[in-house]
This record gives sequence, C-alpha cells and structure tokens, in this order.
Amino acid sequence: MIEIQDLQKSFGDFRAVDGVSFSVEPGEVLGFLGPNGAGKSTTMRMITGFLTPTGGGVKVAGADVGADPIAAKRRIGYLPEGAPLYPDMTPRTLLEFIAEVRGVPASERRARIEKVVAQVHIAGVLDQRIDTLSKGFKRRVGLAQAIVHDPEILILDEPTDGLDPNQKHEVRQLIEEMSQDKVIILSTHILEEVEAVCSRAIIITHGKVVYDGTPQELKERSPSGRLDEVFREITTAAAPALG
Amino acid sequence: MKSTTTILKRELRGYFTTPVAYVFIVIFLLLTGILTFYMGGFFEREQADLAPFFFFHPWLYLILVPAISMRLWAEERKTGTIELLLTLPISTGQAVMGKFLAAWAFTAIALAATFPVWITVNVLGDPDNGVILAAYIGSLLMAGGYLAIGSCISAMTNNQVIAFVVSIVGCLLFILAGLPAVLDFFTGWAPQAVIDTVSSFSFMTHFNSISKGVIDLRDVIFYASLIGCFLLANTLILDAKKGE
Ligand SMILES: Nc1ncnc2c1ncn2[C@@H]1O[C@H](COP(=O)(O)OP(=O)(O)OP(=O)(O)O)[C@@H](O)[C@H]1O
Ligand SMILES: [Mg+2]
Repeated sequence: MIEIQDLQKSFGDFRAVDGVSFSVEPGEVLGFLGPNGAGKSTTMRMITGFLTPTGGGVKVAGADVGADPIAAKRRIGYLPEGAPLYPDMTPRTLLEFIAEVRGVPASERRARIEKVVAQVHIAGVLDQRIDTLSKGFKRRVGLAQAIVHDPEILILDEPTDGLDPNQKHEVRQLIEEMSQDKVIILSTHILEEVEAVCSRAIIITHGKVVYDGTPQELKERSPSGRLDEVFREITTAAAPALG
Repeated sequence: MKSTTTILKRELRGYFTTPVAYVFIVIFLLLTGILTFYMGGFFEREQADLAPFFFFHPWLYLILVPAISMRLWAEERKTGTIELLLTLPISTGQAVMGKFLAAWAFTAIALAATFPVWITVNVLGDPDNGVILAAYIGSLLMAGGYLAIGSCISAMTNNQVIAFVVSIVGCLLFILAGLPAVLDFFTGWAPQAVIDTVSSFSFMTHFNSISKGVIDLRDVIFYASLIGCFLLANTLILDAKKGE
C-alpha cells in the first residue's frame, strides 16, 4: 500500500532523511519512533507530498507521489505536526471545507462530519473559533479533519500530543478500530503507546532506520524488558561521534 | 475547477470572518473619498465624469493591494496551514488560483462599494456611464495585476512585512515604467522601440486608455498575461520550495 524506496532529504548540506526504505500493508499500524530531529516529520512530509525528496521515492496505493501527487494525496488522511488549522474557522466550517475538497459527496458530508465529531468528541466546540480552542481540542479537530473522508491511509504526526489521559485512551481505541482495513503510520514519543496500538515499530535516528520489527521483539531485546531502555540503547549507539 | 471554487469560497469567507474585510473596505472608501473630492477637485471641475476618482487608483492600489496580498502565502507558511492546504488532493496551481480569485473578488467588492460616487455624479450631471463602466473594469483589471504580483511575492517568504514592502516596490516599478519622467530618461539616446517597450509594461499606460472609456483588446491582453505570468511564477515558487 505504501512503498518507500531509499528516501532521502537534504536541507542544504544537512541530511535529514538518509536512505529510508520500508513498505506498509493494510491492517498494519506502524509506530514511527526516534529522538527529536531524527527525521520522522520530514519522512511523513515526503509521503504526503508536502516536501519533494532529494532522492528515492514514495508510492501510495500504486501512485507515485512525485509523478501523480493528486492520485496519491486522494488516498491519504494527514495530521501534520502541531495540527495546523485555519484559526479563523470553526471546527464545523473546517470539516465541511476539508470534506468538500477531499471529495466526500455532498449527500454524505453531514453524516460523515457527525460521525467524526462523535469519534473525537468535539461536539461541544463545533461552532467555536479554532484559535480560541485549547491545545487538546485543536489536536482533536486536526484528527477529525484527517479522517473525515475515511481514507485508506492515515499519516498521523504525534496524534496524542497534548491530549489528556482519557483522550489519549480514546484516540488509541479509535486507531485500533480503524486499523483493520487501513494503513496507519503514526509518530510518537510515548513508548507505551507503541506497545498499545502498533503492530510494528520503526526507529529512526539521524535519518536512518535503526530498528524495524514488532514492539514485542523490541522489548525482548532489553534485559529489564523496558522499552525506554532499548530505545535509548539503539538511538544513542547510532549517534556519530561529535567533534 | 471544482477544487478551485472550494478554495475560493473558503478564502473569501475568511476575509469576512476577520476584521480584515471591514477595515480594508472602510479605509478604501475613506481614501477614495478624500482623494476624489479634495485632491481631485471633483466639484470644482464641474464636469460630469469620474476622472478624478479613477485618477488616483493606481496610487491607491499601490499601498492597499499589497496589504491584501501580503497574507496570501506568507500567513499560510507562518501558521503552518500551508501543510494542510498543499497536502489536499489539489494541484498547486488550483490552490494559487483559488486564493488569487478570492482576493480579486474581494477587491471587486471593495470597488463596488464605491457606488455612491457614481450615484453622486449621476445626480449632479449627465455623465457617460459607458465610460464609467469601462473605467471600473479597467480598475479591476489593474487591481488583478497588482494582486498577482503581490501573491507571487508573498509565496517567497513567511514574513508578511517583507511581502508587503517588496510588493509595493514591485508594483511601483510597473507604475513608474509609464511616467514621463522615467521615459524622458530614455529619450534621446535609447531607440524608440526601447521606450515603447518600457512604457508598454506600465500599469498607467494601460489604465489611462481604459479609464477614458476605450476598452482596447491589447490592454485586456496585457493585464491577462501579466496576471497569468505572475500566478505561474507563484506556482513554480511554491513547488520549488517543496524541494528546498
Ligand atoms: N525546512 C527545513 N530546513 C532546514 N532544516 C530542516 C527543515 N525541516 C527540518 N529540518 C531539520 O531536519 C531534521 C529532522 O527534522 P524532523 O522535523 O523530521 O524531526 P522529527 O524526527 O520529526 O523530530 P521531533 O521528534 O522533534 O518532531 C531536524 O534536524 C530539523 O532541524
Ligand atoms: Mg516531528
């Protein structure tokens, strides 16, 4: 469903993503892990067509993101890092807008919006300006706009960042419910989240994949059985010597 | 086409959900009023036309249109919503077109709000309304030219102040190209063809004839191709920035 081939991205002389390859099939929930600045968001931006790779390529449901971006983007729902939203809109007008551009037929729009509003619990703020919403509610609206067209592929950049514990739980459940027939890639800094919802974990550091496997296998690598220990070990071992 | 309309609607609505639209329209009306009636000597001339009204439009737009266009892309970049917009299943060109058309429609609304001036001149005298209509069309075309330049410049930065200032300078060049003072600089040593070329790029040259009531196809083509070129450049800049 998603095939990534030797993906590279340089900003000037700096290599943010350095030869990342993997593919993901429907039913998989891929947790994207790595320290700050590892290249997670940059990789997601290339999958969604927001950034053009310096090298390599991405195929989404058979469509090459570089050659046929519109076909690729049509299959995707995307929550960018920080959940940017138009501040002067309300969740309702924003969802209507996204549903329309994303091709949800006019007759189904209302039902779809009602459904996602219930899924992410934003009914109470539906007509409040987005710039007056709290951080967690903004994130929920961001999530709602990513799933409003029921996409086959979901790319979520830190979907639970800023959510309260109850909401985190709800969002994880939502992801699990949706995972059966979708491809989901999510990035997170919460390791328990990977354990709870992901069927697969990829760790990247300095733009390179340093681990690709199940969360269970990852855990077994640690003598104490703690994910944060393995994570630290893997990501610091790969660090190049400074100076 | 449908996506362009969707973007256009969202953008246009955006003007009216913020104070931008109201502040802009009030200031636009205030300035046109002052310029027309005080500086343009509308009453003293005792002529039933709107020449003093339209005379100031190129200068008025020089400041006011960049104030509209500076936000177009710089703000999207600053707030990060550009990532939301450009990952929708639309082409970059459709996004550029939708935002430009909304801004243009908005300036058309502001221009339409000057209708009391038109009523005034019709109450006081018996003007040639055909000429006035042509001048309105010319003014709108000119506003489109300014907007396309400003939109293109706004795509280069995430700083609205920079976009504003650079757009003023950019538009000023297109005004100056037609002023006698600038053309005089070329006369005497440069061939006539050069002078004609320079003045043919001027907003003034193309606006003056339309505002006298003559809609010459060449003037329309000038504005259409100017808008087309700058919006194309705008699209290319956005695409190039993805690869930076
Ligand atoms: N537009 C840009 N220009 C220059 N450098 C950039 C740009 N975007 C990202 N980078 C750099 O690329 C590297 C990877 O950034 P990225 O945002 O992908 O990291 P990340 O893994 O998502 O980190 P985090 O966990 O903090 O979100 C960082 O060092 C960042 O500074
Ligand atoms: Mg990130």
